[in-house]
Amino acid sequence: MIEVDPGVAAMSGSAALPRSNGELVFSAPWEGRAFAMAVGLVDALDLDWEEFRARLIEAIDAAPERPYYESWLAALERLAADHGVASR
Amino acid sequence: MSGPAHHHAPPSPIEQRVAALEELLADKDLVNAEFIDGVVSLYENDIGPLNGAKVVARAWVDPDYRERLLADGTTAMDELGFAGPEGRHIEVVENTPGVHNVIVCTLCSCYPWPVLGLPPVWYKSPPYRARMVREPRTVLREFGVELDEDVEVRVWDSSAEVRYLVLPRRPAGTEDLGEEELAALVTRDAMIGVAIP
Repeated sequence: MIEVDPGVAAMSGSAALPRSNGELVFSAPWEGRAFAMAVGLVDALDLDWEEFRARLIEAIDAAPERPYYESWLAALERLAADHGVASR
Repeated sequence: MSGPAHHHAPPSPIEQRVAALEELLADKDLVNAEFIDGVVSLYENDIGPLNGAKVVARAWVDPDYRERLLADGTTAMDELGFAGPEGRHIEVVENTPGVHNVIVCTLCSCYPWPVLGLPPVWYKSPPYRARMVREPRTVLREFGVELDEDVEVRVWDSSAEVRYLVLPRRPAGTEDLGEEELAALVTRDAMIGVAIP
């Protein structure tokens, strides 16, 4: 069974995951994949979820009008780059 | 192979970015497609209020299951295949004509994930957490739950060790409904105790 950091669900304010009746809402498949990649990358690099959350909030603040998962992807790309995960 | 093999719309720029990142993370052995599929399916299919609703509907139609569920929620949910890291030690509290139950987590936001999905935003809000303990009747009224004065309200404070799930009363006039139809009546809020199905 895949274990997901409870911190993922606990995000609040602008970083709170879009949901409906308690379930996550992905409006396109890429959103779900981006969601899962963040969970997986934080785990693979043995980081605290906070590392991602802080970048997510930064990304949201930088472009408040941007859809949530676009900010999510920007934060994820940032996290990868900051930890030296970049294309060769 | 030349030319498009099928007729999907070309990937949007954002889909291309996601695909590029996915390839990169797979190349570096950090996150593979199998993990991604697993997480997506976990959230889309395996956890959520639907699971809790199935548990409640089973308890409504099967008195033996109801008894097992109230005696040991964790094991009874496991019977239906609902368990997981966040689902350990779930205690089910039953609404009766004289008792209405509601769950809260005053310390953080403990919540029975595998059966209820992710907690609603208000569940974690300090006002809900504080007021549900102090003035449950008022808060319940704000949620639209009117209780007779002689109904006792029990507030269950979740913790890292014990998560609660409310077993609502089966609505009147549903004698002819099957288990699946009954499950459709059970909302997340009813299993938190802030709604009545």
